Amino acid sequence: MSAPVWNNKVVKWVDDRLPVFSMLHHSAYEYPTPKNLSYMWNFGSLAGFVLVTMILTGIFLVMNYTPHTDMAFDSVERIMRDVNYGWLIRYMHVNGASMFFICVYIHIFRGLYYGSYKAPREMLWWIGILILLAMMATAFMGYVLPWGQMSFWGATVITNLFSAFPIVGEPLVHWLWGGFSIGNPTLNRFFSLHYLLPFVILGLVVLHVWALHTVRSNNPTGVEAKTPQDSIPFHPYYTIKDLFGMGIFLIFFLFFVFFAPDFFGEPDNYIPANPLVTPPHIVPEWYFLPFYAILRSIDFSIFGVPAKLLGVLAMFASIVVLFVIPWLDTSKVRSSKYRPVYKWFFLILFIDCFILGYCGKKAPDDYFMGIEGLHVIVMGQLATLYYFAHFLVVMPIVGKLERPKPLPASISESVLKGGANA
Amino acid sequence: MRKFALTAIAAAFALTAFTGTSQASGDAPVPKAQDWSWQGLFGTYDRAQLQRGFQVYKGICAGCHSLRFIAFRNLEGIGFNEDQIKAIAAEYDIEDGPNDDGDMFTRPGKPSDYFPSPFPNDKAAAASNGGSIPPDLSLMAKARMHGPDYVVALLTGYEEEAPEGFDLAEGKHYNHYFPGHQISMAPPLYDEAVEYTDGTPMTLEQHAHDVVAFLNWTAQPELEARKALGLKVLLFLIVLTAMLYAVKRKIWRDIEH
Ligand code: HEC
Ligand code: HEM
Repeated sequence: MSAPVWNNKVVKWVDDRLPVFSMLHHSAYEYPTPKNLSYMWNFGSLAGFVLVTMILTGIFLVMNYTPHTDMAFDSVERIMRDVNYGWLIRYMHVNGASMFFICVYIHIFRGLYYGSYKAPREMLWWIGILILLAMMATAFMGYVLPWGQMSFWGATVITNLFSAFPIVGEPLVHWLWGGFSIGNPTLNRFFSLHYLLPFVILGLVVLHVWALHTVRSNNPTGVEAKTPQDSIPFHPYYTIKDLFGMGIFLIFFLFFVFFAPDFFGEPDNYIPANPLVTPPHIVPEWYFLPFYAILRSIDFSIFGVPAKLLGVLAMFASIVVLFVIPWLDTSKVRSSKYRPVYKWFFLILFIDCFILGYCGKKAPDDYFMGIEGLHVIVMGQLATLYYFAHFLVVMPIVGKLERPKPLPASISESVLKGGANA
Repeated sequence: MRKFALTAIAAAFALTAFTGTSQASGDAPVPKAQDWSWQGLFGTYDRAQLQRGFQVYKGICAGCHSLRFIAFRNLEGIGFNEDQIKAIAAEYDIEDGPNDDGDMFTRPGKPSDYFPSPFPNDKAAAASNGGSIPPDLSLMAKARMHGPDYVVALLTGYEEEAPEGFDLAEGKHYNHYFPGHQISMAPPLYDEAVEYTDGTPMTLEQHAHDVVAFLNWTAQPELEARKALGLKVLLFLIVLTAMLYAVKRKIWRDIEH
């Protein structure tokens, strides 16, 4: 595509030296986007918006936060009480973390449903998973910073996981802590990394979008755009659609900030950290619950490998498996819309993740949803089993055996038939 | 759009499953939900109630519990004026120093001082309370599951005699709502525990509600400002989003999609 001609002298002067305007033009005006994207395609830009929000609110929080075990809790309370609009900044940051995960989880399930991980989008998908991992590390370390009871005990439980590894385990944990127990050095390094990682995420997002612009967006039909009629320029069509989505999203997000700011939080984190008092229930934030359930569900050893190590491996494997699904999925069809069998398995996986989340929240010997005799630990094991079976068994086999529905010849054809708005 | 709705429903379902329900520590009953003046989108604090609650805190709880995130100047938030705050602060002895001779000294409190703690340190607090430390109350209304409802239930949930067969330890008191039922705090409130001057009935129930309202204010002094700003922001966003939707419709008008 040829470079645009700039009429404004200043714009032209700058563009001749550093083609920022040409680049913007290229990636917004000229960027052809399938015309049938549903609202499921809004969550990528929403996640990007939340990332920026987190970085901005975070920078202002740091101006008043003190990373020391004796002062961290109090400094957060000073932000809440004495800093002008400190409560707003902190509540936006706190709830923003939950919003980030809501957006990204929807974004990932969207990709899973429409087969956006399949060729040629494997790299795009991988970078996405790296983003997810970096987000998890960031959120975990951020949660430690206010130095409440859950901060301290959550950090204790999670860092202790690394002691499960043979030989290197214990030294590794001490290395992570910067001492022989969780203390000031731990808080300081977590603070440092919590400031650093969001910028790593930002860099990954740049790569993610670069990859996206190379392979282009998938769409609800999973059929690549072929003719010019299939695509529309990103701007103004998707800029306005993303802006509208952002309006809806902001109403949702800010409702929590202003009217239920502690909704996603644990009351225990308003108690200052106390290494001598263990809270009765140590639960991670909601977005880690499914992984926590997988970790805990392995309560048996196999061939002498201790349960704890297996649990840790299973937890990491639950994310690592996402890297290989481009090859585990044997179907020739991308979008589950045209996969009458797989569609149902996808629904099961979706529900399965909520079941895992529920199990992560509850004590292992509680009853699952109050069902007499069905312990949370057992349900968690079944759900973990399905989680892995979905990717390792269902994906390869169903892809081979299933008879997909006929695909539309093109996006335009599917639009004209009125069937594209999934 | 249909899938969007489904996702939203699933998410709402998940949120309710994740929150509120984890009362796993079995035997303590779920506290009764109370009516509070600050509930709902338009809820605000009842200044008279907060002042009565302050009276209860000052007259009773302050003997054992600190309130270390609250300065006297903050009492403006419950409706006291500058002179009243100066007078309240002056009732307290505050340790200050060192002076030019290097000695610590006590002086009357100033509005900028924080509420002094009843005990010099945790050890002293534990020694005077049968080994248990009375926790700071500033954030209490946010630091327990069911927040204010729990604290009311706790304050009114004592039983003079432990039930038959319950092994109550020396110096402990039986409480329906405290986890494990054995609490070191003797029942702090009773009918006419403090003298109200505004004609409000001086019952245990009323005292408990008032002090908890006060503690909810100490935990969330920003609540009124937060909700007021929230209403304006949401109203603005709803209008803006509606307009964005209209623009979106217009721009997409000619696109078959
Ligand atoms: C005689 C000292 C004393 C007085 C007066 C007192 N408390 Fe306590 N309070 C304690 C002690 C000691 C504990 C710790 C109890 C334990 O852990 O067993 C406690 C604990 C509490 C708790 C925490 C319970 C929990 O869930 O951990 C609350 C809430 C509380 N008190 C509120 C009050 C209020 C409100 C008042 C005033 C109306 C008050 N207390 C007056 C000594 C006192
Ligand atoms: C900070 C987090 C993230 C940001 C800001 C982000 C941003 C974006 C944006 C703007 C798009 C284009 C619009 C869209 O399709 O929604 C996109 C597409 C995509 N993202 Fe992400 N993303 C993030 C995380 C992830 C994660 C964690 C994954 C997967 C594990 C992922 C996988 C994908 C895929 C596969 C696409 C192409 C989808 C398609 O066009 O069908 N992303 N991303």
